[in-house]
Amino acid sequence: MTNIYEMEYNVDNRDFVVAGDVSRIIKRTLQRIGVDPKIIRRIAIASYEAEMNIAIHSQGGKISAKIDSDKVVVCTQDYGPGIEDIALAMTEGWSTASAEIREMGFGAGMGLPNMKKCSDVFEIESIVPQGTKIKMTFWL
Amino acid sequence: MKLSQIKEIIEAEVLCGEDKLDREVSKACGCDLMSEVLRLVEEDMILMTGLTNIHVLKTAEMANIQYLIFVWDKIPDERFIEEADELDMVVMKTPLSLYECCGRLYKEGLGEIK
Repeated sequence: MTNIYEMEYNVDNRDFVVAGDVSRIIKRTLQRIGVDPKIIRRIAIASYEAEMNIAIHSQGGKISAKIDSDKVVVCTQDYGPGIEDIALAMTEGWSTASAEIREMGFGAGMGLPNMKKCSDVFEIESIVPQGTKIKMTFWL
Repeated sequence: MKLSQIKEIIEAEVLCGEDKLDREVSKACGCDLMSEVLRLVEEDMILMTGLTNIHVLKTAEMANIQYLIFVWDKIPDERFIEEADELDMVVMKTPLSLYECCGRLYKEGLGEIK
């Protein structure tokens, strides 16, 4: 399938002022292209959760979005510390976030389950202490 | 329910979007956890919250939420209001607590989010 658009951005660890801005760019790009708003909403939410996870939990990382005519693929990769027990991390309500993060409105333990719920295909792999990779596919 | 009615019921002050108060909204949620907000399926809703940081705005943008109400008379910073205005949002503040704000609107018939 023809690749319409591809982008990749760095996400800094604990820079909460700009965290989330990549997802805004992804959302606005999808709106410009004219993708179905219901699908855009799912992509935006999953991407935002993934981006916030990098800023909150990792040493930094990157997020990319690849827009094809039949699908959008959002990938994240961070530089550690990795997730020891992915099944546990996927449990709603389970979180390792600090009080500071919770005060910002995050760390509810809903991020990973929410990403899985929003995407058509959700793939996650993590190696301690190297980092975590997530690939989310959304059919158009 | 019209936004203008909501403004009256919760004794709110409009911070941006005064010209859009004739818009109708049928659902609302009161929440300080943005991941919970992102979990909701509905788009046409009001978000009532006691958080005023920029992530409330980003969360609202991602979830297609156009209407925000801050409780306890909390006011976000100028950048927040400017960006909300650019995004065509309506932002209000009320002196009520989150509990009372939700309670008054629920009693008047504003529905909950499933």
